[in-house]
Amino acid sequence: MTISTALSPGRMPDAPVAYRDDVVRWFMIAAVFWAVVGMLVGVVIAAQLTYPALNLGLPWTSFGRLRPVHTSGVIFAFGGSMLIGTSFYIVQRTCRARLFGGFAAEFVFWGYQAFIVMAALSYVLGGSQSKEYAEPEWYIDLWLAVVWVTYLVVFAGTIMKRKEPHIYVSLWYFLAFIITIAVLHIVNNLAIPVSFFGSKSYSLFSGVQDAMTQWWYGHNAVGFFLTAGFLGMMYYFVPKQAERPIWSYRLSIISFWSLIFVYIWAGPHHLHYTALPDWVQMLGMTFSVILWMPSWASMVNGIMTVSGRWDRLRTDPILRFMVVAVAFYGMSTFEGPLMSIRAVNGLSHYTDWTVGHVHSGALGWNAFISFGALYYLFPRLWGRKAMYSEPAIRLHFWLGTIGIVLYITAMWASGIMQGLMWRAYDSLGFLQYSFVETVAAMHPYYAIRAVGGLCFLSGTVIMAWNLWKTATAGEPVEAQPATPALQPAE
Amino acid sequence: MANIYSIHDVLQKHSIKLMVGIVAAVSVGGLVEIAPLFLIENTIEKVEGMRPYTPLELAGRNIYIREGCYLCHSQQIRPFRDEVDRYGPYSLAAESMYDHPFQWGSKRTGPDLARVGNKYSDDWQVRHLIHPQSVVPESVMPSYAFLATTPISGDEIAEHLKTLRLTGVPYTDEQIASAATDFAAQGSIDGAGAEFDARWPKAPSRDFDGNPEQLTEMDALVAYLQMLGTLVDFPKIVPDADFNR
Ligand code: HEM
Ligand code: HEM
Repeated sequence: MTISTALSPGRMPDAPVAYRDDVVRWFMIAAVFWAVVGMLVGVVIAAQLTYPALNLGLPWTSFGRLRPVHTSGVIFAFGGSMLIGTSFYIVQRTCRARLFGGFAAEFVFWGYQAFIVMAALSYVLGGSQSKEYAEPEWYIDLWLAVVWVTYLVVFAGTIMKRKEPHIYVSLWYFLAFIITIAVLHIVNNLAIPVSFFGSKSYSLFSGVQDAMTQWWYGHNAVGFFLTAGFLGMMYYFVPKQAERPIWSYRLSIISFWSLIFVYIWAGPHHLHYTALPDWVQMLGMTFSVILWMPSWASMVNGIMTVSGRWDRLRTDPILRFMVVAVAFYGMSTFEGPLMSIRAVNGLSHYTDWTVGHVHSGALGWNAFISFGALYYLFPRLWGRKAMYSEPAIRLHFWLGTIGIVLYITAMWASGIMQGLMWRAYDSLGFLQYSFVETVAAMHPYYAIRAVGGLCFLSGTVIMAWNLWKTATAGEPVEAQPATPALQPAE
Repeated sequence: MANIYSIHDVLQKHSIKLMVGIVAAVSVGGLVEIAPLFLIENTIEKVEGMRPYTPLELAGRNIYIREGCYLCHSQQIRPFRDEVDRYGPYSLAAESMYDHPFQWGSKRTGPDLARVGNKYSDDWQVRHLIHPQSVVPESVMPSYAFLATTPISGDEIAEHLKTLRLTGVPYTDEQIASAATDFAAQGSIDGAGAEFDARWPKAPSRDFDGNPEQLTEMDALVAYLQMLGTLVDFPKIVPDADFNR
């Protein structure tokens, strides 16, 4: 089998094509801004669960309205800006082609930011259709559909005019992410508005069918937004930062196709023991367990890419962010299949165990790989030799890690405890605990989670400062240093 | 020999073929799992007693959605001994068949609400919503005192019923025509009368929020909460234990 040496990103000569990096820079600035906002709201709602008086009794500051601001803020605003921005950066370099579509790229940027602002404002003002991770109402959904299709056109158009014969691994993942999210978004949001002048609509589906459609969407928002897209990032930045080609090209082919095929089936693990028919639950469980394999294949490929360069982990905090991110990806994709087993899910479902699982993926994997990518990109995008402050990166790494550990251990403890308390019986055959006793028992863990979140947020703020300093006061590069030529592994 | 590598070798050189391949790979699972749910007859069991929401209950339900109650409360009781003991008979598919969208939830920061109807008095519900900690000191629920002072009107509710009818909810012409009147009548202190009761079987009508002067969002939300899980008569309908499980 022939593998073009061009597939190793290290070989891409940057000079001849004038890349469009202005849009990439905007997306990166937006991503940092939304990271701070989204995590700040996360800390606020964590504090509200600890001290309910912090809801302030106002409609627009209560937990129920702020929680979607947090989830959309971190996933779609921070994660989405990272994904679109890095995909534009990567597609140009691995195709050696300027971004396709001229003004369309600007439209994707402003259109997407407008989507985020509309969504956040509408949640706070009470406009939500109540489907998790798909809360925006119909008019915002339509707007996003237009922006998203434009994004696909810009991205695929750039691939079509590429000067490389092969389409690089990262781009398979980004394509799968863009296409699948379009399909999921449109189907799950099918709804009939009450009036074309009002925001309220009613979803086309109801009950069981609606639940299945929603979690087909919801799980694959995880699978294609938080996984496939971020794997696209991993497959570019890890080899770049480690200055090593991808460990196994064959493994990346196998894991790509099996990952995208299997993920779609896993949605029903969100609906175990509900009124959803049993046969669907069984299919969902089976495929979720199988999903462990392609997930770990990607993890192994990422980690092994660094092999032979382990010493760098001590000296290069940026690479450390990336490697720890891949390790957390491995951890949450082990925990996920475990929680998909019906007997385990019977305990974990409805509890903080799920929230702990979410954040080991979200903080450990998505946020950490994004931090690595941001530290990689800022000096390059602003023509600086290096990041402004390396000690600040190290400090960020430790604050982030401590934050994650506090967050997820607190949630495991409170989740498993609550699950066990719910099902405890006393010797007379009565339920041993009232519901509110379990709420009271969780108080200390909620406090620990809030502290962990504050650590994580502080790290992010330090990063924002460091990136700002790099862009405005970093040492400029005189001439582009030549990137070393690399041979791919095989 | 055509193996995954040689197929892939073709796809990774042709962007259109690659995209078609991706669409094919991600379509199978969804089609197999979702399409049959609309087609297979016994996805939803037939039970007696289910009816669409009354106009006031529907408005209450929309407040429940607006405030994000589903983020902390599930409406789906699983067939476990402890859940049945704590909340009542496990949830049936039919019980959410008029729910656009469904409200099963995924997190129980507070208890399940699938059968909270008639479990507490209206007065308890109102005091709890105004200041949860006054009735449950350890609760972490926010205060929703503003609901009691926000007036609500049924002027546009008929449009909502019509929209829901387009999605398949069997509202009758009569129910839609009288929607605005029934909206106000259900929350009035004297009850809504025989015609209302015939149109909306088992729908309680009374002044829910303890303030007969005004129809408020609190009336609507409490009307909704008080009917949750009350439509299917469980001692009579013993769910078939093997159904779907
Ligand atoms: C400073 C960091 C963060 C803090 C303090 C925080 C806090 C929280 C809190 C308190 C909740 C509500 C949990 C509940 O309802 O019981 C939550 C939910 C959630 N957060 Fe975060 N979060 C943080 C960062 C993130 C990031 C970076 C992401 C994603 C990239 C994320 C994704 C989510 C998701 C998806 C949920 C919903 C979980 C579910 O429904 O099970 N969070 N977060
Ligand atoms: C092999 C991969 C994975 C599997 C099989 C899996 C499985 C699961 C399971 C069983 C649940 C609990 C559902 C419930 O009881 O309600 C869950 C929840 C969740 N997982 Fe994963 N997981 C995987 C990877 C990930 C990753 C990498 C992330 C990245 C952030 C993630 C994000 C989430 C989110 C956001 C939820 C909460 C959904 C909600 O209830 O709102 N998962 N996952």
